[in-house]
Amino acid sequence: MATETLATPAPETPLVKKSFANSTFLRLVRYTALRLFTLAITVVIGVYLTILIANMGGYVDTIMRNEVRDNITQSIASNPAYRNLQPAVREKLIQEKIANEVERLGLNQPFVVRSFRYLTNALTLNLGRAINMTSDEGSKEVRLILLERLPATLLLTGSSELIIFFASVFIALTLSRKYGSWFDKLTIALSPTSAAPPWFYGIFFILIFAAILRILPFGGLVDSPPPVNKVAYGLNVLKHLILPASSVIISSIFLSIYTWRTFFLIYSSEDYVEMAKAKGLPPKDVERRYILRPTLPTIITNFALLVITLWTGFTITETVFLWPGLGITLYRAIGFYDTPVIVGSTIIYAYLLALTMFLLDFVYALVDPRVKVGSGSSQ
Amino acid sequence: MTKIKDAFRALLRYPSAVLGLTIILFLLGVSAYALITIPYSEAVRLWRGGEDVWYKNPKYAAPAWYNFFTSKKQPLSFAVETDDGTMSKTVASNDPNISTVDINYSFDYTYDGFPEEMILYFTSTFTAKFPFVSVSWITPDGRKFRIADMAIQNNSTFRFSQDPKLLSRLNTDKVMQALFADPKASTPTPLKGTYQLVISGTTFEKGSDIAAQFVFQGKLFGLAGTDKYRRDLMLPLLYGTPIALAFGLLASVGTSLLTMVIAAIGTWYGGWIDELIQRITAVNLVLPFLAILIMVGTFYSRSIWLMLGLAILLSIFSGSIMTYRSIFVQSKESSYIEAARAYGASSPRIIFSYLIPRMIPLLIPALVSSVPSFVFLEASLAVLGLGDPILPTWGKVINDAFTDGALYQARYYWVLEPAVLLMITGFGFALLGFALDRILNPRLRDI
Repeated sequence: MATETLATPAPETPLVKKSFANSTFLRLVRYTALRLFTLAITVVIGVYLTILIANMGGYVDTIMRNEVRDNITQSIASNPAYRNLQPAVREKLIQEKIANEVERLGLNQPFVVRSFRYLTNALTLNLGRAINMTSDEGSKEVRLILLERLPATLLLTGSSELIIFFASVFIALTLSRKYGSWFDKLTIALSPTSAAPPWFYGIFFILIFAAILRILPFGGLVDSPPPVNKVAYGLNVLKHLILPASSVIISSIFLSIYTWRTFFLIYSSEDYVEMAKAKGLPPKDVERRYILRPTLPTIITNFALLVITLWTGFTITETVFLWPGLGITLYRAIGFYDTPVIVGSTIIYAYLLALTMFLLDFVYALVDPRVKVGSGSSQ
Repeated sequence: MTKIKDAFRALLRYPSAVLGLTIILFLLGVSAYALITIPYSEAVRLWRGGEDVWYKNPKYAAPAWYNFFTSKKQPLSFAVETDDGTMSKTVASNDPNISTVDINYSFDYTYDGFPEEMILYFTSTFTAKFPFVSVSWITPDGRKFRIADMAIQNNSTFRFSQDPKLLSRLNTDKVMQALFADPKASTPTPLKGTYQLVISGTTFEKGSDIAAQFVFQGKLFGLAGTDKYRRDLMLPLLYGTPIALAFGLLASVGTSLLTMVIAAIGTWYGGWIDELIQRITAVNLVLPFLAILIMVGTFYSRSIWLMLGLAILLSIFSGSIMTYRSIFVQSKESSYIEAARAYGASSPRIIFSYLIPRMIPLLIPALVSSVPSFVFLEASLAVLGLGDPILPTWGKVINDAFTDGALYQARYYWVLEPAVLLMITGFGFALLGFALDRILNPRLRDI
């Protein structure tokens, strides 16, 4: 949260003596299988817990049942076509309609059974149909609801997070070369600004640029009505993107620079860097071969973790800016008690996370010759 | 003890730490003041109260300091009454049954805008015969307006702008402009000077009496302004301080301490306990943090204390448990632990007396720096509409302002006041945390 720490890869374990040529391969297979197994278990438990929470242990079932009863009783009471029915007949009609609706929502099955159905559907990425939500096109397919919102979210998270990541790594590298300079001190002084979340800066940006100066829109994705011309449409979206993206960037860039700068400084005080400098290598080479190279695993880890967080969106920032992304969809899904949408959003994140964790091990082995996949402990 | 003193002395050498400490002490002072002057139940009652509690205040009034930033001064609200002597009242009587009650109030009006509304509240005591009052209004240039003549019951309310007789007599629907405007000016501008409200009442019984309250609703109110429901924003701004501090401090202390203890236990005992902790951490990484808070808030309860507990629970098994673990793994092998083991210290003793105390220099800065994120978490939940339903908090004010479109309608004070308080709080703790980190972890001091 406020104190950002860089995710460092697991410390490398001492080299295992190589006995047979194919023992490496065997170890690799065994390690891969074990790793996949633990990750799969993790995903299953995580998703099942989410399903349980999304139902509050049967509590949401009660809410939904009551809602169904209220809606149907009301719609029949207010329908003039049913006004002349006998009370007993009307009561029967109501009971029938309630039973139908309960069956459509799957409430006639016990929650335990349904929860496992949700789980198997989720794990096979069969996201199914939403209970109450529809996409803007009118589809109830969870896949379509999520896909429809994905571009907006990726535009916002992608543009802002990538700028933060690359800008902070490169600025930090420059700062670490001349630390103690005026700009370096400014960055340290400004790093506490990251204590506030993006929506907080969003409020100030809306106030200044939308309410007082009136040069940028208050929120939304495009003007209403949207421009017909494709180019004008794109430019209009970019204009709407400026405020939310800048609030995300402002809220974490200074702390990010500070953290990376400290990290690079620790590595640039190593003896081999001093040695390289003493040899008279140009600063560019020292930076690239003696500082960036050993820190590459950490940079890659953080980049990979960043890429998967792009998926989740920023619920509150999207709410404040009325940005039609996945975060706001998830928030609305919770308001509609729409378990399939909540679970669908969670499972994709869980899979992306597990996949990244799995691939990172191999990436380390590729970029860092000291690391061997599967050597030593399986952490 | 001397170590703490040294650390404190070192802290005072950092201007940022001094600033951070000052801010935190100031916030603690405000909290103490708020808790002492407004008891918890009273705060909840006032915050939940409607027109009956807040009838005196104008709606959407900006704070008084708004006049510093504008050349066109707006009128400030006030309320006076005869009961506490802020409005003069003289009773005269010649006949035992009939007495006259004269109530007078004059005030200087030096503003460039018109007020929103003026209201008179009468309360009277009588058994059968209603007392009678006639109200008139005298402008600085001596013009006299007849406002109302009416019999008053036990409780009577007279709203200047909503009285049909007065509207037709003044021949306008803008009563305030008619009463305050300068007749010589071409555009409606208020006439500056001393205005006088004259109420002459007559009672027709022995022991019958009249009390009056004059409420002047200007465009500005108090030091904080009011919201849509006429509530004085000073209440949530003051009372939000202890709530924000309690939430932030409890959550960060709870999270940091529990994380550390669990990491220490896992590392010390090793084996399946350690494995279990790591698996829980991995599962927790998959769980959507904010979505779970939103779900519990929507489905179950929005109580701030439930949210606090949940936030702690979900934050314990985070990435920092791995950081602590890797440090504990090193210190577990150090010689002083070996020595403790040799003299036969029990496992709990080693964990709580030897392993954990060594980590305090790491713990304290992390703890202080994580306070703002929890303070903002509470505000974030409130902005999503999941704030505590009964407590006045800063986030709640921002949420009210946002749902009411305060920024579109240029009511900036409504958003700015809680936002600035949040910012000050976050900044104070972040500054102190950064300084503490540099003092307690001297490895970073030169960097």
